[in-house]
Amino acid sequence: MNWLDWLTALMVSAGGFFVFVGGVGAVRMPDLYTRMHATSLTDTLGSLLILVGLMLQSGFTLITLKIVLVAAFLLVTGPTAAYALANAAFLGGQLPEGLQDGASDDGETQP
Amino acid sequence: MGRLLILAIGLAAAWLVWSGLFKPLIFGLGALSLVLVLWLAIRMKVTRYGSFSLDLAPRLLGFWAWLLKEIVKSNLTVARIVLSPRMNISPRMVTVEPPTRGLQGQAILANSITLTPGTVTVDAHDGTFKVHCLTEEGAADIERGEMARRIHKAVGDR
Repeated sequence: MNWLDWLTALMVSAGGFFVFVGGVGAVRMPDLYTRMHATSLTDTLGSLLILVGLMLQSGFTLITLKIVLVAAFLLVTGPTAAYALANAAFLGGQLPEGLQDGASDDGETQP
Repeated sequence: MGRLLILAIGLAAAWLVWSGLFKPLIFGLGALSLVLVLWLAIRMKVTRYGSFSLDLAPRLLGFWAWLLKEIVKSNLTVARIVLSPRMNISPRMVTVEPPTRGLQGQAILANSITLTPGTVTVDAHDGTFKVHCLTEEGAADIERGEMARRIHKAVGDR
């Protein structure tokens, strides 16, 4: 293995680590909104590190261009889908857990 | 109409880049899905409201670099919280009114907040944002509004 392979191995492992932590967080967090914070680890550094690791293997080819585009689409569609989920839950009356009194001016009111 | 044409060209290019196969069947399927997506776009009134203007991209380069740095930082923060035995979270819901009046700027801000782990835009309506934050510190950052200021500086009221 040359140094590029080692770098790829490092980045893909680190990406896998963040995907794993996102999964652990999704189980450990108390409610929908806090779970979404955990899973955004998977969406951001998790997928980015894996994709950059793969780019190191493909070099300056069409495949790398495809990976760049995959990353770009992930970064735009991920938060859009997350907003759709959070907004649907919020408008459906799902209130966040664990808000302290006085911490929010709208924690108690229905949207 | 012009926007629709640009969208069609972009979609065709995306199809060609990803398929890489120049066979009649694949071309036919590509044309079919192109028409389908354009029909959906017209139904969604994408062209009427003005979708993401490509000329904004170069102005956002600096912001994207800053956003990437923030994403890395908050990834580490949230990962540390998730892995700590006693998860030290203090969830907050904050309401802010960002300075950007334009729809595109607000969409970019809402998505950038959501993209940063630890903060999720729950509602963006009439220029008022409700943001759910995992920690007190994250909520304070949103209320300080540095991200909103940077986007406003980059895109103005677009």
